[in-house]
Amino acid sequence: MASEITQFTLKNGMRVMLKEIHTAPIISSWLWYRVGSRDEPSGKTGISHWTEHMQFKGTKKFPANVLDKAISREGGRWNASTSHDSTRYYETMPADKIDLALRLEADRMEHSIYKEKDVASERTVIISEREGHENEPMFRLTEAVQQTAFHVHPYHHEIIGDMADLHTITRDDLYEHYRRYYLPNNAVLAMAGDFDTKSMLKRIKELFESIPKGPTPPRLIRPEPDQKGEVRLSVEGPGETTFIQVAYRFPNATHADYFPLQVFDSLLGGASGLSTKTSRLYRALVDKEFAVDVSAGSEATIDPFLYRITITKHPDRKTEEALAALDRELQNLQEILVSSDEIKRAVKQARAVFAYGSENITNQAFWMGYVEMFSSYDWFTNYLSSLAKVTPQDVQRVARKYFQSKDRVIGIYHPKGVEG
Amino acid sequence: MPKKLSNTAKPSLLNPDDIYRVVLPNGITVLARSNFNSPSISMGGYVAAGSLFESDLKLGLADFVSSSLMRGTQTRTFDAIYNELESVGASMGFDSGVHTTGFGGRSLVEDLPLLLNLLSQSLQTPTFPKDEVEKLRAQMLTGLAMRAQDTSDMAAMAFDRMLFDGHPYSRPADGFVETIQSITRKDMEKFHRLHFGPRGMVIAIVGAIEPKKAAEAVERCLAGWQVPGQVDAPTMPAHKPVKKTVKHHHALAGKSQSDLVIGMIGPRRRDPEFFSASLGNSVLGQFGMMGRIGEVVREKSGLAYYASSSLNAGSGPGTWEINAGVNPKNLKKAIDLIENELRRFIKSGVTKGELADSQANYIGRLPLSLESNSGVVSAILNMERYDLGFDFYQRYESMVRAVTRDNVLETARKYIDPNRLVISTAGP
Repeated sequence: MASEITQFTLKNGMRVMLKEIHTAPIISSWLWYRVGSRDEPSGKTGISHWTEHMQFKGTKKFPANVLDKAISREGGRWNASTSHDSTRYYETMPADKIDLALRLEADRMEHSIYKEKDVASERTVIISEREGHENEPMFRLTEAVQQTAFHVHPYHHEIIGDMADLHTITRDDLYEHYRRYYLPNNAVLAMAGDFDTKSMLKRIKELFESIPKGPTPPRLIRPEPDQKGEVRLSVEGPGETTFIQVAYRFPNATHADYFPLQVFDSLLGGASGLSTKTSRLYRALVDKEFAVDVSAGSEATIDPFLYRITITKHPDRKTEEALAALDRELQNLQEILVSSDEIKRAVKQARAVFAYGSENITNQAFWMGYVEMFSSYDWFTNYLSSLAKVTPQDVQRVARKYFQSKDRVIGIYHPKGVEG
Repeated sequence: MPKKLSNTAKPSLLNPDDIYRVVLPNGITVLARSNFNSPSISMGGYVAAGSLFESDLKLGLADFVSSSLMRGTQTRTFDAIYNELESVGASMGFDSGVHTTGFGGRSLVEDLPLLLNLLSQSLQTPTFPKDEVEKLRAQMLTGLAMRAQDTSDMAAMAFDRMLFDGHPYSRPADGFVETIQSITRKDMEKFHRLHFGPRGMVIAIVGAIEPKKAAEAVERCLAGWQVPGQVDAPTMPAHKPVKKTVKHHHALAGKSQSDLVIGMIGPRRRDPEFFSASLGNSVLGQFGMMGRIGEVVREKSGLAYYASSSLNAGSGPGTWEINAGVNPKNLKKAIDLIENELRRFIKSGVTKGELADSQANYIGRLPLSLESNSGVVSAILNMERYDLGFDFYQRYESMVRAVTRDNVLETARKYIDPNRLVISTAGP
């Protein structure tokens, strides 16, 4: 998976990353913009995600309806998503059809039409998307925990945005957001698949290099101050099941502690992408019947975010009993050195997950652009060796540093009418 | 495109020459195909034991049994099984359906023997340890409590109940609170003893291994499995046709969104009109941004984040259904729009252009669906299960292109009657 890639910067500042893979007649193309929900001030929350929706409403050359059908007709798969730190658009196409995707992306980088009527219909679509999320107790709980964990940093709000803003954001707000951030010098094009690098680069230049650069938009930076003690909150809603979410502060992806924390995560919550039934949390909480399910994890982000542990409480147990079991496990990792075999196990697990990922060209193109948003491709190619360098002492140190009660937020979803 | 950007010759799609098939003397069908692009393998398959065999009083038994298979065997505890798997980054799981219990897993190729050994033990010698069964029961009951709060699950459950009234397909595979509470370890042991066996079992392995070697590895683990008393599946009763449109609303307080399912019986996978129905469905609620349904409900009216149609075709009668999640106050409007689209669909069918678009999509997307090992496992299993022939992908393009507008219209009229719909909704 760590084979060579070609990296290039066009004259207008657009970054290009190309990786030839000739295992199947497929090419996956991902266009990343350095804008996400963390760039949204109060009053405009959700605007990055909404802009992403508007980018499917067409250009003069590729009107809506023509655009999606053109991709589908060629057997392509395409979509887009918005995260805290970035917005990305992808097309995975039969190799001989990829030119369509490139022409489309070049065109909608500068020529998207934002019609009032499309903004109006998309407003209700997005409100409906949010209402669908609100049906889920876990969304309500996660949103409340995140809002409590971040008072200052814009990681405070959910990517979909606050309902109030979804009602008031205007067409001009959206268009202005688009014009401000959708610039070649704020974009990364990552492609993997069955192409010849030289010809592909030539074609990319033909299509993208004439797009004028603009003032590079600054990221919204409002660092979150240190937390001053444990915070607890509760959310009430329908149902019979109690959910608990415990969030700790977690460093950004380029922090020196990131890889020791990945090993820590593998031991505590289980390896990402695999079943987690031998993780310490599963054994302590589910096997011991304090919970019927538990999961844990973090995200690779530009600024410090959260490590979240989510517990579905066992109906016969008290919330405090489940929390005490969690604390005992954290304490073990803080007090008792893990064995180097456990670290080797975590590395082998990661190696397997990497191998599975390399079966899929879309996945490989995704990772190239994804890591570029917060680091560089080296971060990815060195991932396994960075994990292998972690020592038992490193794991203990980060367990002590990041998993203190005073730095956490505990959220509890109380089903109405049920004690917990 | 000004210059040829791609430089690989079109590789052969799955064909009879590169799928290895052998039937072991005990009845297990083994399928294998190599892919050396990644050092991993995917494995999948099924045994002929499903919820079809369980009584109304023990609904959820097949599901309970399949969830318990890896909770302890004669030689390994639950923790030991998962420790072996997770230590090498492998995974494996079981999932019960109406006709079969499916299994799947993946690992690095060096760990295939470990994976097959655990599969073999889980299938042949599960012990259903008491404490593990009770833990699972609590987890399943919590799952049912969460299901009871899920608008999508509740709408789907009522849809199946109305559409398949009196037929085994009407029943939820995860059972009900009272049936899960009534299932004993003895029930589970008996179900396993009578229904789990090599006859009817199929296993497919795809990945970085020569097919013959993969098959030999299966043989080493499973050729000795004998279950003389393995019970055959009962005959499926015919389903009762829906005589007139039936509606049901499941009230769930405190929800922001309602879910709706509108639909009818669809073809079986092996029915000759399957491709006509499938291409018609693509136009109706798939192609582009969820076809015509997506266009009227989402794009034009802004009523829903998702609104699409799907065809679920298996061994028995399938479903042809439209699903959407809408604001509760827009429920009726969305239903009206969908009903109008169904009327339009059976009145004039699809246009020449629409059909050509969907045909192009079906043909063009093939390499994407066969990209990963798990995609190939699933394709091979389908060919075996529905007797499609291993030359299916050689014939695929011509079968797709052979479908005409008249075929689509005729099929649509055979299955869709706007006066005999099942309409199920759940929400406030």
